[in-house]
Amino acid sequence: MALVPAVTDLEQLKDHPAVAPLLAWKKSAIEGVKYDRDEMTIYVGREFIREACALLRDNPGCPFNYLSDITCVDWYPQEPRFEVIYHLFSIPKKERVRLKVKLGSESPALESVFSVWPSCNFAEREVFDLFGIRFNGHPYLRRLLMPENWEGHPLRKDYPVEGYR
Amino acid sequence: MAHLTPTPALEPGQDKTMILNMGPQHPSTHGVLRVILEIDGENIVRIMPDIGYLHTGIEKTCEAKFYQQVVPLTDRIDYLCPLTNNLCYVLAVEKLLGLEIPPKAQWMRVLMNELTRINSHLVWLGTHAMDIGAMTVFLYCFREREDVLRLFEMISGQRMMTSYFRVGGVALEPPIGFFDKVRAFANRFPSRVDEYENLLTGNPIWVMRTKGVATITAEDAIALGASGPTLRGSGVDIDLRRDMPYTGYENFKFKVPTAKEGDVFARYMCRVAELRESIKIVAQALEGMPEGPIKANAPKVVLPDREKMKTEMEALIYHFKIVTEGFAVPEGEVYQAIESPRGEMGYYVVSDGTAKPYRVHMRSACMANMQLLPKMCEGRLLADVVAAIGSIDIVLGEIDR
Repeated sequence: MALVPAVTDLEQLKDHPAVAPLLAWKKSAIEGVKYDRDEMTIYVGREFIREACALLRDNPGCPFNYLSDITCVDWYPQEPRFEVIYHLFSIPKKERVRLKVKLGSESPALESVFSVWPSCNFAEREVFDLFGIRFNGHPYLRRLLMPENWEGHPLRKDYPVEGYR
Repeated sequence: MAHLTPTPALEPGQDKTMILNMGPQHPSTHGVLRVILEIDGENIVRIMPDIGYLHTGIEKTCEAKFYQQVVPLTDRIDYLCPLTNNLCYVLAVEKLLGLEIPPKAQWMRVLMNELTRINSHLVWLGTHAMDIGAMTVFLYCFREREDVLRLFEMISGQRMMTSYFRVGGVALEPPIGFFDKVRAFANRFPSRVDEYENLLTGNPIWVMRTKGVATITAEDAIALGASGPTLRGSGVDIDLRRDMPYTGYENFKFKVPTAKEGDVFARYMCRVAELRESIKIVAQALEGMPEGPIKANAPKVVLPDREKMKTEMEALIYHFKIVTEGFAVPEGEVYQAIESPRGEMGYYVVSDGTAKPYRVHMRSACMANMQLLPKMCEGRLLADVVAAIGSIDIVLGEIDR
């Protein structure tokens, strides 16, 4: 399990079961790839995320039919500030892939993948609640964990650990 | 896909239906879960779970602590299987570090993890049966749970939140007599599971309350994000211990029980069969336990032996540095998923090169499983909601973090 350096060259990784269908569809959708510690990460452009997810779900060779998780990392004060991360899993082929979308800090919004996997319901609500990223097309985008009248988004890096109250 | 749409805000005003709050304080919701029901007599028209009553901001707290200080926090997320949370976090950090774990530590991890799985399933069985009305089963299950909690106390000093797994191995050597006690427990446990099945499986009241209730098909379950016994009860054969093994599970032989019907009874049968399989894994772990160190050979990450720390200078310096400054983890990110008693539990750890994690996110199996509730209960009776919530086996600590 010793660490090997990450591979970020698209040419070397183009045969991975998650990269190949996206390359065949639209090469401009992939902004970067990384293969590090046995995990595949694909950086997807924000306009393409819903279609890329639908493509990966319906891909006949390795269908990524299970959405494990949607989460977000706040890289304040770097720009682009937010990184929304989708963890996909293929139940028949036992493959994992991570899709990442970078968003700026000015009203970050993204298209919801609810039409692809309804299981994103609670996960997207949680990212909206704790980071403030809007998901367009989500049927019920309200706060999930914090009380409904809470102000602020607690998991952002400029929100103090002790909170305001 | 219209039938998979979750229910939006419930609108009051019609005369036919009533909005009932199955509030956060309720004996059958297994924690502080609020379920908003719109009912017509006893029939459920719409159902919507409302969570967030146990939110303690653990993910935010983890960003302010060193990597080794996060371990006791992870115990308390899914408080019915604390060692499983530990394991998931510790495996993620070890993947970030590139550490090699010695075989004895791996086998101890499997042994304690399976005992935790038994613990968690016993609580599930006791509380689920008690909600439906079979109150004797609760006390029987907790009698077994006492034995396991005494084993945990013997090995780590703590009954529940043991924090026994650490980055680099396990915390302490098992004391003399520990394995004999585990062996004695493993010998008497299968007959106890027979007792529980005797009380429930053939019981006509139990069968009537659980067969055909809260059914969900495999496609709906996968689309809605279910995992674990909730998914295996609908016929999908996936178990991360067998299919994507971690911490030495590839050395163990065990069956993965599935069922086809997808109702409460199917999920019950899956979990009871898992109790039997877990005790078999415990027996295998006892037989094949290797000798060797219990911590990896990484002096900058793993605390040194207590005796060495008191006598050798370098060990003292390493101990001081690890405790006061933590250990720096190379930059990167890892998503480590394991099979918890409830499903796929995942930890996404992002490191920026310092001694404190930049982001720790817990993928909670229960939060995804909760999304099945509307699909399972709409159109059914009020009493079936209790059976459905019990069969999904939720723990609010994991959902809310």
